[in-house]
Amino acid sequence: MSTSKILIRGAKVLGGDVQDVLIEGERIAEVGTGLSADGAQVIEADGQILLPGLVDLHTHLREPGREDSETVLTGTRAAAKGGFTAVHAMANTFPVADTAGVVEQVWRLGKESGYCDVQPVGAVTVGLEGKQLAELGAMHDSAAGVVVFSDDGKCVDDAVIMRRALEYVKAFDGVIAQHAQEPRLTEGAQMNEGIVSAELGLGGWPAVAEESIISRDVLLAAHVGSRVHICHLSTAGSVEIVRWAKSKGWNVTAEVTPHHLLLTDELVRSYNPVYKVNPPLRTEKDVMALREALADGTIDCVATDHAPHPHEDKDCEWGAAAMGMVGLETALSVVQQTMVETGMLDWAAVADRMSFRPAEIGRLGGHGRPVAAGEPANIVLVDPAYRGNVDPTGFASRSRNTPYEGRELPGRVTHTFLRGHATVSGGELA
Amino acid sequence: MKRHLISTSDLSRDDAILILDTAEEMARVADRPIKKLPTLRGRTVVNLFFEDSTRTRISFEAAAKRLSADVINFSAKGSSVSKGESLKDTALTLQAMGADAVVVRHHASGAPHRLAGSGWLDGSVINAGDGTHEHPTQALLDAFTMRRHLAGAADGGPTMHQGPGDGTGRDLAGRKITIVGDVLHSRVARSNVHLLHTLGAEVTLVAPPTLLPIGVESWPCEVSYDLDAVIPKSDAVMMLRVQRERMNAAFFPTEREYARRYGLDGDRMARMQEHALVMHPGPMNRGMEISAEVADSHRSTIVEQVANGVSIRMAVMYLLLGGNEPAVAAANPTRTEETPK
Ligand SMILES: [Zn+2]
Repeated sequence: MSTSKILIRGAKVLGGDVQDVLIEGERIAEVGTGLSADGAQVIEADGQILLPGLVDLHTHLREPGREDSETVLTGTRAAAKGGFTAVHAMANTFPVADTAGVVEQVWRLGKESGYCDVQPVGAVTVGLEGKQLAELGAMHDSAAGVVVFSDDGKCVDDAVIMRRALEYVKAFDGVIAQHAQEPRLTEGAQMNEGIVSAELGLGGWPAVAEESIISRDVLLAAHVGSRVHICHLSTAGSVEIVRWAKSKGWNVTAEVTPHHLLLTDELVRSYNPVYKVNPPLRTEKDVMALREALADGTIDCVATDHAPHPHEDKDCEWGAAAMGMVGLETALSVVQQTMVETGMLDWAAVADRMSFRPAEIGRLGGHGRPVAAGEPANIVLVDPAYRGNVDPTGFASRSRNTPYEGRELPGRVTHTFLRGHATVSGGELA
Repeated sequence: MKRHLISTSDLSRDDAILILDTAEEMARVADRPIKKLPTLRGRTVVNLFFEDSTRTRISFEAAAKRLSADVINFSAKGSSVSKGESLKDTALTLQAMGADAVVVRHHASGAPHRLAGSGWLDGSVINAGDGTHEHPTQALLDAFTMRRHLAGAADGGPTMHQGPGDGTGRDLAGRKITIVGDVLHSRVARSNVHLLHTLGAEVTLVAPPTLLPIGVESWPCEVSYDLDAVIPKSDAVMMLRVQRERMNAAFFPTEREYARRYGLDGDRMARMQEHALVMHPGPMNRGMEISAEVADSHRSTIVEQVANGVSIRMAVMYLLLGGNEPAVAAANPTRTEETPK
């Protein structure tokens, strides 16, 4: 059997030196200068940035149950367009991914899609009810090999359940990814509690509802010697708590979404539900603290919290609208704008925050690897000079609930390779 | 004037005074034997009420009818709306019916804003109260009532309870207005703070800290927790309705404690300035935020506020729908005939 050869010529590898990368079959065969194009399909990549395939710790692919908003197939196509080669799929599906059967189903759908690896996240508790532990071990032992567990969408608010879950998954190096939202403090909450909510008369979502849970959970993780991952950190106070926990040497990791790096609650003044999201958009001060934290490593990685919703769930009054935004196809552009073009991260650090670190947290062996000979050819090419307005009609995702419609964002994924196979070529799905 | 009335923060001082002056004209019409004006003949006003409020709906209905508009009442209760029809589909229905103005009351903050900005319908949207956001016509009628009493005398001063005067052309510069009660959940308070500030008044909010929103410090007003300290300085004290059920969510311990600390009773009223007013947007919880003695006193403008509501709503509909010609012309039947439309 002859293996296909692809030569990517002249890209800046991790934003550094201009090099050629030769892919043979599923692996990177060679990295260097002046590599032979003999027998290879050549991709001229002058001016482009070559990164390891991006890894997302947090998406909602909605299958099974809400195929009207997204399926594993459409979600992975969106992921590929965004430069991702692996995504974690959250457990809040219908039925909930709280058994080996459901996580294996999602895992298999991902394999069949062929666009992006799908790593299912298992629910922490049965039915996301927060009362009884789901069969965490069975999900880990299944074909899906679940490592990350989360009740995302809901907070594991019972301190004892959280403690037990943290302890239990130590047996197989699992991690609990917490959606930090104290439920009583957020009853009826519609947006960040502050100046804007006071004027708009929308129920306030206080920062302390997030920070109090994170405080408790980093202490719990320290107490039982487990690792905890904080989903979608959104406040300056949360950053301070995670920074403190890390300074103690505790095993705490955290993610931030692209939208929390760019958008603020001022946008809610439009009452346009496209800005309704959980956790809510916060203030400028929070945005700046999150960028600083991502730059200094307090926040480990960027995760999209890609949350597709059908049009009718956003085409209504604020109070009736669903929470969430799609994010896979715009994530890298938002990171380029907020972190690279502000000088806070170079491309090598982007590779760290969007590939190496999330793969490490999720223990994904074949992803987040260096761009070097012998490694799996999970690669993305980015044209950083591109400028364009976001047009949701061109999305691969089944849903269009983007907060960036019409907004100019920099950068464009031109090619994505999943184990040597092009999933995106020339900016379009291959 | 703008096409919609969603928030009092959208009104400039000139806009606000134009509405109040127009309402004076409308009030004069109400004193005539024939109360009806032909101004909005052939126009359709829809009262779209997702939340029960007979008082407000009747007020808008009376206002529209006095302007000769066709009025359609579209109440959510028992209709397709309560069976899950979306705001959008309801709006599209009203659009198909050719509504020139939609008066909307909704439990969700921002729903009128959404109706006005979504492209679902072409007519003017008048916010008749949205969630805990705003109730602009209530604030306008409150300001109208204040102006008639506090700036209604010939010299621009207070009328000293000798009945309402005419404050046409005037604002409320320097008047000290105190708003007391559940500011957190009050759309009336939000609309009043913006409007009274625009008209030059100095507003003080008084409430237990639990019933003030986080972020209130950015509002153009003062905040106090001490009603007794503020009462003697006030030109008007507006009491907001406080739902007894709030105590179940720990906003305050008991009704009695609330009434003691933040209620307006005879003793407190006795410490008000001679000319000062007692106001309430209704419906009142007598014995809770206001005692019966105060509600029925000579300082109380509560009944008058209801009547002024019709004049204000006429003015708003006239200005939003009737064009830019002076209200005086439209409000004078003999001259109306000569004014080309
Ligand atoms: Zn979440």
